[in-house]
Amino acid sequence: MSGPLPDMVLDVVASVPTTVLTLPPAPKTHVTVRGLHKSFAGAPLYTNFNLDLPRSQIVSIFGPNGCGKSTLMNMIAGLMPMDAGEVLFDGKSLKDTKIGYVFQNYRDALFPWITARDNIAYPLRRSKMPEAQVQARVDELVKLFEIRFDLSRYPYELSGGQMQTVCIMRALAPKPEVMFLDEPFSALDFEMTLFIRAKLQEAHVATGVTMVIVSHDLEDAVFLADQILLLTRRPTRIAEIVPFNLPRPRSPEAVSDPEFVRVKGHTLEVFRREMAA
Amino acid sequence: MNALLNRLLDRRLLPLIGPLLLLALWQLMLSAQWVKPVLLPPPGETLAHMADTFISGSIYPDLWSTVYRTLCAFAIAVAIGVPLGVMLGSSEGAYRSVEFLIDFFRSTPSSALIPLFMLIFGITDINKIAIAAFGAALIVLFNSAYGVMNAKKTRVMAAQIMGVSRWHIFKDVMLMESLAQTFVGLRSAVSMGLVIVIVAEMFIGSETGLGHRIIDAQQVFNIKDMYGSILITGALGYLLNLMFLLIEKRVIHWSGKA
Repeated sequence: MSGPLPDMVLDVVASVPTTVLTLPPAPKTHVTVRGLHKSFAGAPLYTNFNLDLPRSQIVSIFGPNGCGKSTLMNMIAGLMPMDAGEVLFDGKSLKDTKIGYVFQNYRDALFPWITARDNIAYPLRRSKMPEAQVQARVDELVKLFEIRFDLSRYPYELSGGQMQTVCIMRALAPKPEVMFLDEPFSALDFEMTLFIRAKLQEAHVATGVTMVIVSHDLEDAVFLADQILLLTRRPTRIAEIVPFNLPRPRSPEAVSDPEFVRVKGHTLEVFRREMAA
Repeated sequence: MNALLNRLLDRRLLPLIGPLLLLALWQLMLSAQWVKPVLLPPPGETLAHMADTFISGSIYPDLWSTVYRTLCAFAIAVAIGVPLGVMLGSSEGAYRSVEFLIDFFRSTPSSALIPLFMLIFGITDINKIAIAAFGAALIVLFNSAYGVMNAKKTRVMAAQIMGVSRWHIFKDVMLMESLAQTFVGLRSAVSMGLVIVIVAEMFIGSETGLGHRIIDAQQVFNIKDMYGSILITGALGYLLNLMFLLIEKRVIHWSGKA
């Protein structure tokens, strides 16, 4: 009677999606994704997908077109429903977690009816923070970002780079635990990309916020990252997690550092391999 | 010589060219005797008569009652149309279930309903205001609903991510987002209101109003007064529209820029 039991148990384990109970998070993990399922029109995109995002680090998500980089991030951030699975932030659910999100399209993300400064203050005011504290927090961000343009202007009066800077300040204002950035540079010129890259890095060093960045530009993806999460074609799996340990702050010249070149080369190699697969 | 030409072609003066051409054509039609002067008085005399009606004050009772009725109808249309439109717009299912009714009555010329409204309200001032309010409310409702439905998803998501309550997302984002479209609706609604009020004044027994004045002048063959009243009605419609454009520019400062 006791003979076939172990086999049955194994069968059950294989067919039941992974949870934090069957696969505990690695040490120093901030965000835990377990047993994530998502399909579009019957075609599976993610099946039983597991991921640990480390605390206070910047993770870039990179992968072939259509592998669902943004979809993954949006499901973690709760902007898109998942078919099954769980996401825990330090063991808490999303509902109990403060997050920030920076959209690719800054023009559609800011509120044009209020000034740039009021945009930054908006999430603070809505969380019933006293006005004096709101002003103090905004001033703190102005100092951190060394803002030289006039924040009493309306968003549509600012340049693209200035608008994206305001978006980032607004996302950082409530001191989020995790910050998500969806292709934050794709609509910016090179000069603004350099500026915002530097500012994001400073903000990260100053606050220690865990960041997740989706990028389609390999150099941007590698430059800011502590880890590059490389995804395969769909159905999507993790191809490799590439660590990048160049000390911060990284200057724009870091792109010619041998370590940067090596990591970028390796990442490209994995990417090519996955494209061919 | 060149400087003079430049002055003549000052871009700010360009809008005056159309009306001047029209007056010239008007005069030409009379001078060439294409139209009998009994049917079309000279432009100068008509304008002088129009000025007279203002100086003597005989136009004011009619002008004010038309303005009063139009604004009353407009106020009712806004009070009903905006809240209802925003409510329907925030639930797409609700809007879809009444969409046919809205589109049907929006496509029905409101003047076709005048007899029906006469049965309900009798031959009163309230009747004229009610029918104009009905036509205008549908326009306001339709535009407000679409304004809310077409709110930029990214802005709504941005507010969701911040953990803002549903009520505040509605009030701070969707409602604000709908304002630009709502104002387009308000502008069309005030024009529609004026059209219906004028028609109602012509055909629903009326003692005052520009519509009443136009048809009365025509009946007694007071041609100069008829043309004058038509011009005043046109100017009224133009000014109402202009007023709303100016308010829109001030209030919805982001319109078309974001």
